[in-house]
Amino acid sequence: MPNTTYIALIPLLPLAGFLLLGIFGRTYFKNTSGMIGTSLLLASTLLSLYTAYGYFFDYGKVNGVYQKLVPLQITWLEFSKGVSIDMGIILDPISVMMLVVVTFISLMVHIYSLAYLKGEERFPTYYAFLGLFTFSMLGLVISSNIFQIYIFWELVGVSSFLLIGYYYDRPSAVAACKKAFIVTRFADAGFLIGILILSYYSGTLDFNTLIQKLTNPESLELKAAVTASFLGISALTWGLVLVFIGGAGKSAMFPLHIWLPDAMEGPTPVSALIHAATMVVAGVFLVARLFPIFALSAPAALELVGYVGAISALIAAVIACTQTDIKRVLAYSTMSQIGYMMFALGVSKYGGEDGLGYTASMFHLFTHAMFKALLFLGAGAVIHYIHSNEMKDMGGLRKYLPITHITFLIACLAIAGVPPFAGFFSKEEILLAAYHHNTGIYYLALITSGLTAFYMFRLYFSIFWNKPAQVHGEHHGEGGFAMMMPLVLLALGAAAAGFIPFGHFVSSDGNRLNSAFHLNFSIAPVALGLAGIFFAMWLYKKQNDRPDKIAASLNGLYKAAYRKFYIDELYLFVTKKILFNLVGRPAAWFDKNVVDGLVNATGNTTEYISETIKGLQSGKVQQYAMYFLVGVIGLAVLFIYIWKF
Amino acid sequence: MNLSILILLPLLTALAVLLARNNNQVRWISFAGATAQFILAFVLMYLFREERIAGSTQQMLFEQQYNWFPSWHISFHMGVDGISVAMILLTAFVVLAGVLVSWNVTKMTKEFYFLLILLSLGAYGFFISLDLFILFFFLEIAVIPKYLLIGIWGSGKKEYSANKLALMLMGGSALVLVGLLGVYFNTPARSFDLLLLSDTGISREAQMICFPLLFVGFGVFTALFPFHTWVPDGHSSAPTAGSMFLAGISMKLGGYGCLRVATLLMPEGAKAYSTWIIVLSSIAILYGAFATMMQKDLKYINAYSSVSHCGFVLLGIGMLTQTSMTGAVMQMVSHGLMTALFFAVIGMIYERTHTRQVSEMGGLLKVMPFISTVLFIVGLCSLGLPGLSGFVAEMTVFVGSWENPDPFRRVATIAACLSIVVTAVYILRAIGQTAMGPVKESYLHLTDARWNEKLAAIILIFGIVAIGTAPFWLSDLINPGTELIMQKIKMVP
Repeated sequence: MPNTTYIALIPLLPLAGFLLLGIFGRTYFKNTSGMIGTSLLLASTLLSLYTAYGYFFDYGKVNGVYQKLVPLQITWLEFSKGVSIDMGIILDPISVMMLVVVTFISLMVHIYSLAYLKGEERFPTYYAFLGLFTFSMLGLVISSNIFQIYIFWELVGVSSFLLIGYYYDRPSAVAACKKAFIVTRFADAGFLIGILILSYYSGTLDFNTLIQKLTNPESLELKAAVTASFLGISALTWGLVLVFIGGAGKSAMFPLHIWLPDAMEGPTPVSALIHAATMVVAGVFLVARLFPIFALSAPAALELVGYVGAISALIAAVIACTQTDIKRVLAYSTMSQIGYMMFALGVSKYGGEDGLGYTASMFHLFTHAMFKALLFLGAGAVIHYIHSNEMKDMGGLRKYLPITHITFLIACLAIAGVPPFAGFFSKEEILLAAYHHNTGIYYLALITSGLTAFYMFRLYFSIFWNKPAQVHGEHHGEGGFAMMMPLVLLALGAAAAGFIPFGHFVSSDGNRLNSAFHLNFSIAPVALGLAGIFFAMWLYKKQNDRPDKIAASLNGLYKAAYRKFYIDELYLFVTKKILFNLVGRPAAWFDKNVVDGLVNATGNTTEYISETIKGLQSGKVQQYAMYFLVGVIGLAVLFIYIWKF
Repeated sequence: MNLSILILLPLLTALAVLLARNNNQVRWISFAGATAQFILAFVLMYLFREERIAGSTQQMLFEQQYNWFPSWHISFHMGVDGISVAMILLTAFVVLAGVLVSWNVTKMTKEFYFLLILLSLGAYGFFISLDLFILFFFLEIAVIPKYLLIGIWGSGKKEYSANKLALMLMGGSALVLVGLLGVYFNTPARSFDLLLLSDTGISREAQMICFPLLFVGFGVFTALFPFHTWVPDGHSSAPTAGSMFLAGISMKLGGYGCLRVATLLMPEGAKAYSTWIIVLSSIAILYGAFATMMQKDLKYINAYSSVSHCGFVLLGIGMLTQTSMTGAVMQMVSHGLMTALFFAVIGMIYERTHTRQVSEMGGLLKVMPFISTVLFIVGLCSLGLPGLSGFVAEMTVFVGSWENPDPFRRVATIAACLSIVVTAVYILRAIGQTAMGPVKESYLHLTDARWNEKLAAIILIFGIVAIGTAPFWLSDLINPGTELIMQKIKMVP
């Protein structure tokens, strides 16, 4: 294997960008910061592509199996023998794939933002934050140590917080960034406890050793972890479920998804990068990273992953059908698609043909990154043009935004699963995997795929067709080359990425997986998808009153979906009413009145006593003589009493 | 290296301050003195590491001993191990930053700086003493200036707070003194010498009585629940540098004492009472965090959050594993730097907006980008963001605590882990309401940090980032020290 330590540069270049622009950007690089950030990222992207080429076609494969290589590992903090946080690089098919995805999408977003945020006062800060995010995300995907992944996990969380709150003077943005951070933090606490459990039983934090020890049925560590149980569930399952909670928070799985729609308050390119293509799939990545343990040692935990994914996919799709803010529709659609990836992992087994779900999940992650980033960037172009997020302000834009229109259409076809676009291939594999291993999930997924096609084309027709365009204000075109180039590149990806024989590169055990395509199996999902598209066309292509009528006839359901099934309200109730009013307020009151009250009472009592007895020291000899006499008599009485009885 | 320099340097600085002719001289002399301390602390660390690398395995390095009261076996015995070096570094950081942020103190400047320097003298003396009597002597030196700092230069209900703080800390000291005497009279050696005592050991009966006395006594300093109520009032009334010293240094005297004196000398006592320590510290962590959530004044927010964060120090000590104790020391250093920076920022904001109520602020990021950025950094450190010191320290405590398979300790660890969520809630509330949001009309003319404030912030941020990004140097420094304590604990049947 050649020396591959240069891979460390891939995350370090964006970090350098962050430090440079973060510290000196405002003074020295007011106008050039965008170019600096973009060129550093271009270098990262080229290095990633070079790495991917080298890994997949040169040194990664030994005897037909892709290896897990660790070209670099530095002990960062040693807790005790064997338990240490290492900063390292792991090279395996999924990390290499993620390197390419993250750098490529990030590069597209960097370029796009050059035009989109041109003239912003905090331009350097924006690029600094983008650099920080890219660094953290890249560090996350190459982590060789479970604590390292947690570190970068927190860092992507904070970059997301900073970027959602980029427009910090808008109260809604401030609320959204706080919500995103706190909800994911809650999930991260689970992740942390999960790490503690896993590391305690395996005695290591290193991924490779961890997986080895917890999948080998002979190992003492695994036996201990399976035997120890709490509430009838083994410690290992608890550990994995808790880790999954962390993943579910980051990946906006039900019921921890509430932060994602609000996160759309951030600048649109940020939504494309963080909240569509990269950070939100970190949860899927985490489950995939620990997949051997899930699949071989704790199938119950994996089953939970499957059901959470499927339910999230369906719920999000239903809500997406009713939202009117185009970015929120896309946010729910993201949640729904990540649900697909999750349940694909959930229905997968380890190794061989049964490992199709794993491959399909990673494949979908890959294609989804393309078309969802494209959708967001397209939506950004629309918003840039029309200065509104609301569907009702849009319509008929196909004449004004021709490139955006075509690329958006490609992305919609891809996500709806229309052959031969990318989403079709990855989604078929997922459905196939589900069909073979869990019929319940398969039907949920089938319904979802019909809904997906419907809400995507509802979006498409409402933006580009429907009523005639009402364009006000200045006309500044589509944003020029910087905005259109990423759209076109991503559209090429969304159209063609499906033809990559993904199973040859990525599979649960590193072996080559030939995915057998069943043409007749595809009939049902594709038919459902087309039905969804035509239904959307019937409702939204021309302005009419059918949508309102249908909404009215579905009264209760429509309203519930429109209000996102009242989950936000439920959370608000729990946090405001219970945590603040029933825990926080009493704690503060108790501290002020009881604990501190006791302290003050001690002080006051001392003062009172000294106040009362200070009269005793009057300095008058007669009084002292009197006390003396009383004392003597008292003692005499006492002694007589004792002596007598 | 001659450790007495650490005491002589502040002493000379203090004398020079007294002789200075005008306020400007006072400032520059103090600044020069603090810088010299800062450099000295780094030199100490460097020499210490060199000695260790050269293979010195002695428990304490640079030992020095002068007879003081031979008849009572009291000697001026000094020496440092990694734990003390870490604490000395922390002190040097906080002193330098504290001197810098006090640049604009106009009321009785000379006396103000004199007291600050005196306080640092007490702290250095405390951290290098190996004789319990001397240690106690320096502890008292570090307490008394605070009464004056709050009483004279404070704000709000300063007399009440100064009294409360002084009385509660004196109460703690009284317990410490009784405990020390108990130790003295219950060993065959009849000695106050720490190393001697730890070698000869103390009878189990004496440990059962003296350990709680010493632990609670020192615990008062480090906000042991329920003796923490001096913290919010004391901090909120103290002047900026006073709060920084109080939270950054004084609270650490207690943690250091709990570890170095109580736990090292009385491992059996520590083992017997560890359940109680864990209960009280877990309460402090969670309850402090929830109480912080309801605070509206920035200083109260940081003070209550200090209660919560210092809970990690005591939790780490109470868990009695080597990792958790290392974590406790790291948390002391981390919290000292972080909280000093937090109080410095609050002081900067207060000086400009004349309010500390979060609800009255908003959008400061627009008018004071530097100060607000520092507020962000310190807030993120407080909520445990990787790359900054808080994360490293807390995680070490968590991992160390989890090494103990006892279910009760597990529950306590989980409770402590959950506090990271509550921390995020109150920190983001505070930052969101002060730095973010629409800016107020009346704030538009406010100015950003001056050079001295910037320098102070940068120095502290340097410390926070250095620990956060390269924690190994700190843990390597501390580990041999905690290992020795651990050996004593392991010997307990």
